[in-house]
Amino acid sequence: MGKTMVEKIIGKHAGKEVVAGELAIVDVDLAYVQDWTGPLAISQIREMGFKELKRPERVAIFIDHSSPSSAKEIATSHIGLREFARNTGCKLFDVGSGVCHVIVAEKLARPWDLIIGADSHTCMGGAFGALATGMGSTDVAVAIAFGKTWLKVPAAVKVEVKGKLQKGVYAKDLMLYLIGKIGADGASYKSLEFVGETTENLPMHERLVLTNMAIEAGAKCGIFPSDIKTKAYLAEYGREGDYKEIAPDPDAVYERKIEIDASMLEPIIAFPHTVDNVRAISHPDCADVSIDQIYIGTCTNGRFEDLKVAADILKGRHVKEGTRLVITPGSKDIYQKAMRAGLLDIFVEAGGAVNSPGCGACPGAQTGILGDGEKCLSTMNRNFKGRMGNPNSFIYLASPAVCAISAITGKITDPRRFI
Amino acid sequence: MKEYIQGKAYVVGDNIDTDQIIPANYLVYSLSDPDERKYYGRYALSSVPEKEAGLPKGNIPFVKAGKDSSEFSIIIAGKNFGCGSSREHAPVALQIAGVEAVIAESYARIFYRNSVDGGFFIPFETPIRLIDQIATGDELRLDISSATLLNISSGKEYKLKSLGEIYGILEAGDIFEYARRSGLIKAG
Repeated sequence: MGKTMVEKIIGKHAGKEVVAGELAIVDVDLAYVQDWTGPLAISQIREMGFKELKRPERVAIFIDHSSPSSAKEIATSHIGLREFARNTGCKLFDVGSGVCHVIVAEKLARPWDLIIGADSHTCMGGAFGALATGMGSTDVAVAIAFGKTWLKVPAAVKVEVKGKLQKGVYAKDLMLYLIGKIGADGASYKSLEFVGETTENLPMHERLVLTNMAIEAGAKCGIFPSDIKTKAYLAEYGREGDYKEIAPDPDAVYERKIEIDASMLEPIIAFPHTVDNVRAISHPDCADVSIDQIYIGTCTNGRFEDLKVAADILKGRHVKEGTRLVITPGSKDIYQKAMRAGLLDIFVEAGGAVNSPGCGACPGAQTGILGDGEKCLSTMNRNFKGRMGNPNSFIYLASPAVCAISAITGKITDPRRFI
Repeated sequence: MKEYIQGKAYVVGDNIDTDQIIPANYLVYSLSDPDERKYYGRYALSSVPEKEAGLPKGNIPFVKAGKDSSEFSIIIAGKNFGCGSSREHAPVALQIAGVEAVIAESYARIFYRNSVDGGFFIPFETPIRLIDQIATGDELRLDISSATLLNISSGKEYKLKSLGEIYGILEAGDIFEYARRSGLIKAG
C-alpha cells in the first residue's frame, strides 16, 4: 500500500513502517522554542535533571515574540534563555534576528526532517517536505533533552489545487479560502498534503504561507513534496547540500480529498474574530470597512517578496490620513534585502513605521497594540479576539497586496486594479 | 486520582482560543513565582466575549473581579476548545483558577496534549452537544472511571467518551511521573 509523505517521514524516524493512526516514538531532527514558551521548557529540562543536551546543534532558541524586550519581566526571562544557550551550546537567535519560523526556513529546515517547535506555527517548515509541528513547552523540553518525542501518525488530507491564480491573488487568498471552506477545525489532527499543478508552480515563499496556516484549520502539519523550487531556495541560502527528494506514493491513502480551482479565486478577507470567517473581496460586507492600522509582516507574510508586493503598490503614494502603516520584516536577511532594494525607503516615504525584524505587533505585546474599538487589517495568520493585545479591537486578515492598497485608501480595497 | 469531581458548570461555545483563555499580555508573569502565578488564575478566560461568557445567558465572568480563582470547577465547551497558540500557560491558567475538568465536543490538538502532559485537569470529550443542555451554574458530578456526568440540577445523566490511552498519564499525575513509573525515565 502506498504511503503519504507523513507516513514516510515518521516511518524513517521511528525505524519502522507506520500507517495513519499508529503511535510512534521518533527521533527529532530539530527542536526549538521562542521567548514566551522557552522559559517553561527550560525549567522542565532542569527539573528532569538534564544539564547536557544530546544534540545541541539541532536545538534552537529564538528571542522574537517580545523583541527587543517590552517589559522588565520579559527582559529578565530573556537572560535565562541566553544563559541556557551559553551553558548547553545550543543555537541562540537573539534580538534583531527575526521570527523563529522564518529563520528555520532560511537556515535549518530540510526535506525529510522531523521538526518540533514550541510555537503553533512551527508547521510552516512543512513547505520543505519536512514534518514540522507545534507542541507545548513540556513536549519540546522532552524532545530537547532526549532527542525524541512521540507522535500519532496523522491521517492525510490531499489538497489538490488546479488552475492559475489571477493577478493580485496569492497563496494567502488560497489558504484563507481553504480554511473558510473546511472550518477552523476542518483538518484537526490531520496532515494537509498540498499537491497539484497550482501549488507545484508556487515559489517557496508562497508555499510557506500555505503550510504556515495549516494550524488555522486545526492541522498537525502541512506538507509539500520537495522539488526544483525547494532546491533553489536552499541554494539561495547556501544549503544546496540539504536537498533530498520526497513525494507521496502515487497510491498513497488519503482520508479526504479537497479540490480547488484557483483560477476562480478573488482576494479573500478573514473577518473578526475567527480565521474561517471569510468573505471574497467583492462581498458587500467588504465595502466601506475603514481601517485604523495596517500591519504587514509576520511568519506568514513577512518575507522579501511580500514586502516587494507592498512596496510596488505604495511607491509614490501616501498612507491615508487617519490610518497607520506598520511594517516588520520577518528576518535580518529580509530586512537587509529590503533595505538594499530600497523598499524600506518607499515604506517610510509613504508614511509607514518600519520595525526591526521579529514577530512585531502580531502576538499583541509590542509595536502596534490596538486601541479600543480600532480595526486592523494585517498579513498575520490569526485574528482572534485580543490577539493584538486588546480584546476590544477587531482584526481582519488579508494578503500583502490588499494590505498595501488599503493603507492608501484607508479602507479594505481590492488590489487588482492597482497591480 | 479522584473518583468523582463535583462542582459548578461554566458553559462556553465553539472555538474558544488560547488568547481568550489567557490573553498574551499576561504571559509576562512568571509561573514559577508564587506571587505572579496567581495572576494566571485571575485572568483565566478573561477574554471570552461578554455575551458568550457563561452560556446560555452570558455576561457571567469566569472569575469574579478581585478574585484569583473561579467558583466554577467544570468547564462545558463546544468544538475545537483551546485552538490557537501552543502556549502551555493556557491549560495552566485554567488549573490555577481551580478547573478540575473540561468537557468539550472536541479539542485543538496542541492544547489537548499540553493538558494531558501536565495533568492540569481532566479533558473529557462528549459525543453530544452538552452546551445546549447544561447551564452555567448547574451543579455537576463527574464519575471519572465510568466517564459519566450527572447534572444534579436537572437530574439528567450523560455518557462521555472514555479517556482511553491518556488515563494512565492522568492517573500518574503528569507525563514525567508516567515516564518514571513506566521505566522511560530512570527514577532519581
